[in-house]
Amino acid sequence: MDIELMISSFPKLLNATLITLKLLSVSLILGLFIGLGFAILRMNNNKLINKFAYGYSYIFRGTPLLVQIFIIYFGLGQIEYLRTTFLWVVLKEPYWCAIIAFSLNTGAYTSEILRSAFQTIKPGYLEAGRSLGIPSKIIFTKIQIPIAIKQSLPAYGNEIILMLKGTSLASTVTLMDLTGVAKYIISTTFKPVEVFIVAGGIYLFMTFIIHNVIKYLEKKYGFQT
Amino acid sequence: MELLYFGDKGWGDELFFATLMTIAVSITAMIIGFIFAALFTPLKLSNNKFLNSIGNAYTTVIRGVPELLVIYLFFFGGSGAIMFVASIFGYNDYIEINAFLTGSFSIGIISGAYSTEVFRGALQSIDKGQFEAAKVLGFNKYIYFFKIILPQMLRLAIPNLSNVWQITLKDTSLISVTGLVEIMRQSYIASGSTRDPLFFYSFAAVLYLMLTFLSMQLLNRLEIKYSKGY
Repeated sequence: MDIELMISSFPKLLNATLITLKLLSVSLILGLFIGLGFAILRMNNNKLINKFAYGYSYIFRGTPLLVQIFIIYFGLGQIEYLRTTFLWVVLKEPYWCAIIAFSLNTGAYTSEILRSAFQTIKPGYLEAGRSLGIPSKIIFTKIQIPIAIKQSLPAYGNEIILMLKGTSLASTVTLMDLTGVAKYIISTTFKPVEVFIVAGGIYLFMTFIIHNVIKYLEKKYGFQT
Repeated sequence: MELLYFGDKGWGDELFFATLMTIAVSITAMIIGFIFAALFTPLKLSNNKFLNSIGNAYTTVIRGVPELLVIYLFFFGGSGAIMFVASIFGYNDYIEINAFLTGSFSIGIISGAYSTEVFRGALQSIDKGQFEAAKVLGFNKYIYFFKIILPQMLRLAIPNLSNVWQITLKDTSLISVTGLVEIMRQSYIASGSTRDPLFFYSFAAVLYLMLTFLSMQLLNRLEIKYSKGY
């Protein structure tokens, strides 16, 4: 056990954690909007729109995240037309490619979580709201949204942790996130166990914090429905 | 389309064998995962605090750490660990473990952590009366476990196990970093030599979609079979 290596690699890994956290937070925020959009489309009565939203979530949930990143990073650069548009400014950066892939991926999962949360709201609540003469906007913001948050919190907490682990794939497109730096240190020192303990410890610490924040929120929104 | 021809001209046969490799790794990893689950589920349910914490440590660490990091641990550390054990027995030559074993073992450990949670949940949601009734009726241990508890547990576990299968199948794409030629690695090689990554990675996505779709159909049938009588 090489304690010295563990101590000397800790600041480097901690520095790389910042990139991991940046990737995670940006893609979660974008993914939440994408997920909300597709969840609303899924509840649409038009069959075509419905099928489209279902197809989106099916494709992104049925293929590995690695394939999605590679298609966006290596694949899209191949299209000549894209290189001439402003999109190329975004797509030539591995950082943005990773963010696009992560957001689309977590968006697909989030849309499923939100859809089931909205669908499990008992119709009685909405009817009660309507018969009391509450405007439908307020029914949405004050009745549907709080209940949906409560219903989706446990599943969404899992999704955040899955996404935290997913950001490690950014290292395959040359980004030096926590896993990328850990791999670099392992391959230069050939001390996998020590580096795994430190990097794994940092990941576990982040999972622990996310878990507890979700628990706190669950308590806060833990009203009876 | 020419790119998919079988034989020397296209990549059809290579991709076909790569798909078989993905299936083989996934199944091996799933079985290794079941072995781990069989070891750790009793620990997680045990009343002994020490054993319990071992079981919890396994599932917490593996489920909280990225799959890629676990794969790197075994990829870079695997042969070192085996050589260390071998040196105790007086064998000092270099040993290299093959990529298939490293890959399925590391994915197996990950899928084992998920399976453990599934089995624990399933065992805990069997009605307590079933255990008591089986004991009161004086069945021996074999019948108690294999004829009474296991079938009920499987019924509850299969829907979640099919989720674990999906996760495992998708995780095998990560083994491509170790050089094992499965779908991702083959697409990487093919797109490197033809300079057509868009086509090959999209085709890889289609292959994965086909695999997940077909396996879901099979698992749904299994689910119906095991929920007979309910």
